[in-house]
Amino acid sequence: MRKTFKLQDLDCANCAAKMEDAINRIDGVEKATVSFMTQKLTLVADDARFDAIVDEAQRACAKVEPDCTIIR
Amino acid sequence: MSKKQKRWLVRILVALALFACVLAVTALVSLEQLTGSRTAAVWLEFALFLVPYLIAGYDVLLKAARNIGHGQVFDENFLMSLATVGAFAMVLFPETDPHMAEGAAVMLFYQVGELFQSYAVGRSRKSIADMMDIAPEYATIECDGHLEEVGPDEVPVGSVIVVKPGERVPLDGVVVDGASQLDTAALTGESVPRSVEPGSEVVSGCVNLTGALRVRTSKPYGDSTVARILELVENAAEKKARTESFITRFARVYTPIVTGTAVLLAVVPPLLGAGAWSDWILRGLTFLVVSCPCALVISVPLSFFGGIGGASRLGILVKGSNYLELLSKVDTVVFDKTGTLTDGTFDVVAIHAEEGVDPAAVLSHAAHAEAFSDHPIAVSLRRAYAGPIDQKRVRQAEEASGHGVRAVVDEREVLVGNDKLMARHGAAWHDCELAGTVLHVCVDGRYVGHIVIADVVKADAAQTIADLHAAGVKRCVMLTGDRADVAQAVGGQLGIDEVRAQLLPEDKVNEVERLLGSQADGAKLAFVGDGINDAPVLTRADVGIAMGAMGSDAAIEAADVVLMDDKPSNIARAIRLARGTMRIVWQNIVFALGVKIAILILAALGIANMWLAVFGDVGVAVLAILNAMRAMNVRKYRP
Repeated sequence: MRKTFKLQDLDCANCAAKMEDAINRIDGVEKATVSFMTQKLTLVADDARFDAIVDEAQRACAKVEPDCTIIR
Repeated sequence: MSKKQKRWLVRILVALALFACVLAVTALVSLEQLTGSRTAAVWLEFALFLVPYLIAGYDVLLKAARNIGHGQVFDENFLMSLATVGAFAMVLFPETDPHMAEGAAVMLFYQVGELFQSYAVGRSRKSIADMMDIAPEYATIECDGHLEEVGPDEVPVGSVIVVKPGERVPLDGVVVDGASQLDTAALTGESVPRSVEPGSEVVSGCVNLTGALRVRTSKPYGDSTVARILELVENAAEKKARTESFITRFARVYTPIVTGTAVLLAVVPPLLGAGAWSDWILRGLTFLVVSCPCALVISVPLSFFGGIGGASRLGILVKGSNYLELLSKVDTVVFDKTGTLTDGTFDVVAIHAEEGVDPAAVLSHAAHAEAFSDHPIAVSLRRAYAGPIDQKRVRQAEEASGHGVRAVVDEREVLVGNDKLMARHGAAWHDCELAGTVLHVCVDGRYVGHIVIADVVKADAAQTIADLHAAGVKRCVMLTGDRADVAQAVGGQLGIDEVRAQLLPEDKVNEVERLLGSQADGAKLAFVGDGINDAPVLTRADVGIAMGAMGSDAAIEAADVVLMDDKPSNIARAIRLARGTMRIVWQNIVFALGVKIAILILAALGIANMWLAVFGDVGVAVLAILNAMRAMNVRKYRP
């Protein structure tokens, strides 16, 4: 499944790159892109675990930038 | 400015004002006299500078602490905190001058820079969003005689919607009633309005200018042109250019290396007895200030984003930064002839009458003889004739398939057709030197002349080829399924470098494969087609460009770059814009890295102080962002 999420309070470009890296490492993620310019996360991931993966992605983002939240 | 940014600004201004006061006080009043001892004076100064410092940077310190807990050591907050805390900690070395002012100033400037970055990025994001503000908010449907506004996605296919003057066309469809002018600038970049009347197709996203229209919708909102364009632009940010990925990878190693060097610089020389601890620690701290790769990491994607946004304002949709990058390296452009360089419609290009015959009479006879035919050639004859056709003057019209038409016009027998028809009736016809379809005309057994019909070259096609060559494109190649003499004639007229004629659709793929094989290293090939039957070639080329795509789903799907209107001149414009964007990207990379490396060297030698380092960090980021924002300005590419 492929879905796009808005990221709130994504304030630094380097952090976006770090988040992208971290989310791509999550098990079941096929491809994740974080765009700093559009403030969006595009996630292509395993259908069965999709919600769990989004939860994990949220935790990964918060580690890099505590304020940043994935709007679903 | 957002609320968050406003609060941020107020905080910075307060801190800045306090900092100025403290600076003035320490400069004017002798704290040593006031407190009685030098040590006490230094500590008082320390406390005074700590106030603006904490007001400006408490969040940075907090974030740094929190991120270390999360294992994110090398982030900018950490580096700034370390550098500024270090500067304040120099108070522990009583033998050197205090550096509290520098510590507080570094934090202040850092915050000013961050705020500016946030503001600039927000601005460019918004201006690109405004540019793409083509999404209709509602559609007006007719319901039992009264009008009702509903969401565009709720309108079923085949319903009739009303578009009033000043409104945006919400859905693709066909005009059933009314006539008006449509402003297509948001979609195509074309400023001349388009006239529509009953039967015309209209595309969502255009603005209705003059009269009310009733439109029968042909697509659901999700498949309409406007929804597809928006989706395409939104997704463009996903496909990152190689330069972009390179910078991200670079940033990942740059910070740890600089931080490591800073530690070595602070510790090793004093251990070897090369100088005072305080001096070398200060140099190490100066290193940390410039170690943040922000200027690069932010300005490169910002330039690409600006370039893509600017291109969309010209009616050029680029599906990703990677394609913009590839487009800038194109040195071979392969064109499909029909629909790309030529109109794809047939037009009368010449009327050659025999001695003593009026050309207008030749055309008039031919147009009347073809009065009842639907053949494209008949249609173009009637269009060229322009005058009214009186069908009462025509009798006994009969079509001989593959030959032409025989009819009685004004009681005279008229033959219009090819050489075979002339031969069959024994007329004394002769050939023409022009390339194209030749229609011979014979009246009452006498040959009166011929009419040449050809696919007409687009008005700006020759200029496009010239522009492409001027922009540094080495080869322009034309592929066509048309006859060789026609292809050569068009190629020669336009200044095309290579012409390949009589190709079947599958031959076109092979031809592009062959051209790709002969490309120099790093040079890219672009294929330009109208999206009809050339999807495989569009996919095979390094960059597939589809034109005239307004309303053509297949083209939008298959191509990497989509030209909304059917003007080939936009190809040259797209390549120039891509090159311009890449130039800005490289300017930023070279400038930011150059300044940073220079400051690193100067800092290691003890020449650069923290003030210069702050410029190296914040100043460079600000300048790089301002430069990146130039990519959005496409005025110079407009015709």
